Amino acid sequence: MKLSNYYKSTVLAVAALFAMHTAMAQTDQDAIMMNKNQFCTGLMYGTSSWNKYWEGTNYRENLNLGTVSSNSVSVMGNYGIKDNLNVLFNAPYLSNKASAGVLHGVSGVQDLSAWIKWMPIEKDLKHGTFSLYLLAGASTPITDYVVDYLPLSIGLKSNTLSGRVMLDYQLNKFFATASETYTFRSNATIERNAYYTTQAYLTNQVSMPAVNTLNFRTGFRSDWLIAEAVLTDSKTLGGFDIAKNNMPFPSNEMNATSVGVNFKYEIPKVAGLSLVGGGNHVIDGRNVGQSTGYYGGLFYILNFSKKAKTKTVANSSSTQKK
Amino acid sequence: MKKIYIYSTFIITAIVLYACTKQVQGRTDNLPALAPTNADLNAGAWKTILLKRPDTFAVAAPLAVSNVNYVAELNEIKGLQKNLTNTQNANINYWAAGGVLRWNETMRELVAKYNLPPYQNADGTYPIPSSANPFAYPLFPFANPPYAARAYAYISAAQYDALVACWYYKKFYNRPAPSTTDVGIVAKAGASQLPSYPSEAAVIAGVTAEMMKLFFPTEIGAIEEKAKLHEDAAIMSGAATRSDVVAGEALGRQIAQVFIARGRTDNAGKAVGTPTDWANFETNTKAKGEIPWISQDNPKRPGMLPLYGNVVPFLFDTATSRALVPAAPPLTASDEMKKQVAEVYSYTNNPTSENWKLVLFWGDGVGTYTPPGHWNAIASEDFIKLNLSEVKWARNLALLNMSLMDAGIVCWKTKYTYYNPRPSQMDPRIKTLTGLPNFPSYISGHSTFSGAAATILGYLVPNRAADYTQMANDASKSRLVGGLHYRADCEIGLQVGAQVGQYAINKAKLDGAN
Repeated sequence: MKLSNYYKSTVLAVAALFAMHTAMAQTDQDAIMMNKNQFCTGLMYGTSSWNKYWEGTNYRENLNLGTVSSNSVSVMGNYGIKDNLNVLFNAPYLSNKASAGVLHGVSGVQDLSAWIKWMPIEKDLKHGTFSLYLLAGASTPITDYVVDYLPLSIGLKSNTLSGRVMLDYQLNKFFATASETYTFRSNATIERNAYYTTQAYLTNQVSMPAVNTLNFRTGFRSDWLIAEAVLTDSKTLGGFDIAKNNMPFPSNEMNATSVGVNFKYEIPKVAGLSLVGGGNHVIDGRNVGQSTGYYGGLFYILNFSKKAKTKTVANSSSTQKK
Repeated sequence: MKKIYIYSTFIITAIVLYACTKQVQGRTDNLPALAPTNADLNAGAWKTILLKRPDTFAVAAPLAVSNVNYVAELNEIKGLQKNLTNTQNANINYWAAGGVLRWNETMRELVAKYNLPPYQNADGTYPIPSSANPFAYPLFPFANPPYAARAYAYISAAQYDALVACWYYKKFYNRPAPSTTDVGIVAKAGASQLPSYPSEAAVIAGVTAEMMKLFFPTEIGAIEEKAKLHEDAAIMSGAATRSDVVAGEALGRQIAQVFIARGRTDNAGKAVGTPTDWANFETNTKAKGEIPWISQDNPKRPGMLPLYGNVVPFLFDTATSRALVPAAPPLTASDEMKKQVAEVYSYTNNPTSENWKLVLFWGDGVGTYTPPGHWNAIASEDFIKLNLSEVKWARNLALLNMSLMDAGIVCWKTKYTYYNPRPSQMDPRIKTLTGLPNFPSYISGHSTFSGAAATILGYLVPNRAADYTQMANDASKSRLVGGLHYRADCEIGLQVGAQVGQYAINKAKLDGAN
C-alpha cells in the first residue's frame, strides 16, 4: 500500500544475534512508500540482550559472558524518487558488551545499508488492495571494526547484496505483508590468516553463506497509527555449527526465528513528526543468542517538492493516496 | 518501466555470478611439486635425535631391478598411470608439494580441531580429557599450546630420525627411481635422482601415522586413510614402487616406537597434577607474601597443565630447563608492578584499531593451531620457497618444534614457580582484547614461544632473521596491548625463548646438515 507522508517504523530487529543482522531496518521490510520528493529521516535507539544461546542445537548459558547486550543508535532515511520508487539508507552505531568475564566491549559505526524499493503493482480488488514490491539492497562496512571477535564484534565486515519480493494486502484498516529476502554475502576478511571451521584454511578470507529471510507482518494500519505483529525466520544457506565450548565464527550457520510487535504513531499536532517503537524476541535459533530487544525512535518528513509543499503538509496525517 | 526490468535483471545476474565465483583459496592449495635444489644424498650420516644409529632398524635388501617381481611392480605403476582419475591426479599434486609439509599442515589442523577447553560439570568442576577413554566428552586431547608444542615436536623429531634412516638405506641400496629404470613410467611429481628404496613418502606416512596414535587417538582411522593416500600418490606419481613403499612404511612405524616410548615417560602424562598440587601453588605463593594467580574463568578452572614444566626437554636436560627459569617478576605489591598494571590499562582502556588487529592476528587462542602452530605455518611457508629435500624439511621443522616444546617447558615451569596474577586480576578495570588464557601471567607463553622460534628460524633462514625478530616482537607486544600480560612477562619471555632457541642452533651446527 502507499500512504502519503507515512513513514514507517524502523526496527533494529535482532541486534547482537552474533552480529549477523545487527541492524535490520523495518523501513525496507514494510509495505509503505514515501511520496515523490519527500524525505523522511530520523534517529532510532535500540537495545537488545541475551544470556543464553544455541551452540549448534545445544541451548546453553556462558558464565564467561553473562549477559551480552547491544545498544544502538541509527540514522535512517527514506526518499521518494517517485510515488512508487523509494531509496532508503541506514547506518547504525553499535556498542556491544558482556556483563561477565574479562572480554573487552566493542563499539563503533557498523555498515551502511541502502535499498531501492519499487512498487510495480498496486491493485484495488473487489475487497481491499493488493500490492507487490520489489527491493534490491546492498550494505558495506564503513568503519574498520574488528570482525574475528564474536560474539562481541559489531559486524562481520562482509559486503552484501539482497533481493526481496514482498506482497501486501490491505482490507480497510487491516493488513498482512509477506516477504522473502535472499542475501548474498561477500567473503569476510578476518584479522588472522589461518582458521579452522570443519577443516583448516590458510587464508584470511572467509566464505560466507547466503541468508534467506522470511517475514510476515499483520495488524492495524491507518494514516495515524500502525500496530503490527511480526514473525521473522532467517536462515543461513550453509555454514557450520559452533563446536562445543568454542567461540562463534563469522561463517557459522546462524538461524533465528523471532516474533515482535511494532507501532508507529503520527503526532497530530506536528505535521510530519512520528514516533515509533516496538520489541522482539528470538524464539528459536541455531548458533545465535536468544535475544530480546526494544527500540524507539523519532522521524520527521521533509518535503522537497516545492509546488506540493503546502498540500503535503496538510495531507500529512490525513488520507490514503490512491 | 522497461528500464527497471533491465536493471533488475542485470543486478540479479551480477549477484548470481558473483556468488558462484567466490571461492576461498588457501596459500598452499596449489603448490608446484617439490623440486629440491639439493637432494642431500648424504643425509643418512646426519646426526639423529633419539636413534642411536641410522640402521638401528634393519631394512631388507630390495629385489634387483631385473627381478620379475620388481618388473611386475613397475607394470603396476604403468597400469595405474594409464587410467588416473581427476581425484587421483589431485592427490598426486597435493602430496607432490612435500610430505613433511602436508603432514605438518595436518597436525596444525588437528590441533585447531582439538584445542577446545572442556565444558564444566554441573557441580562447577571440570572434566579432564582422558587418553584411556578418548571418545567420551571431553574428547582427548585438549590440544592447548603446551600439548600442541609437544605433539609438533615429537612428530617432527620422529619424522626427522625416520628420514635420516630412510636416506641411509637409499644410499646403501641405491635402487634407482622407477622412471629411471623404466622409461614407460612418468615422473608425475618431478624427476628425482634420489634412490627410491625405501620410499621417503612411505617413511613419512608410516612414522607420522604411528605417532599420531599417541597424540590424536580418536583420529587414527582418518590418519591411516590419509597415510594410504600419501603412499598411493608416491606409487601413482611414479616416485616409488610397492616394495619401496612397504619397506618405507615399516621403517617409519618402527622408528616411531622409539619416540612413543619416550613420550610415555616424559612426565607429560602427569602434567595435569592433582587438587593437592593445585592448592599448593596458591598456598606457597601466599606464604611468600605474594598475591597468587586466581583463575578468571567462570567457574574457576584449575590452571592449564601446571606440571608441564617437568616434562623432559629435547634440547637440554631437566637441570638446564630449571636453570633457564628467569628471576622473579616485580613483587605484586611493588611500585614497579603498579606501574606495569597501569601501562596495561592504558592500552586496553581505549584500544586502537591497529593494536586490536595485532592482538587478533597473534591471538592463536581457543580453536586455533596455537602459537607453536602459528610459527610452524610461518616456517613452512618460508621453507616452501627454499626447495628443500624432505629430510631437510624434517630437520628444520624438528629443530623449530623442539625449540617450541622446550620453550614451553621453561615457560610453564616459570609460570607455576611464581604463580603471578594476570593484569585483569590485579586491576578489574582491565578488559582483554582476546580470550584470557587460564594460567599464571609470568612469563608470556607467546613471547617465549616466539623468542625461541625467531631465534632458530633466523639461523635456518638467515635472510629472514630480521623479519622473524620483528614477528616475535609483534607477537609479544600483542599480549601487552591486548591486556593479557605485563611488559615484564613479554620482555623476559622473549629473552628466555631466545636462550632456548640458541640451544637448537648449537644442535643444528653439529648435526651435519649444514
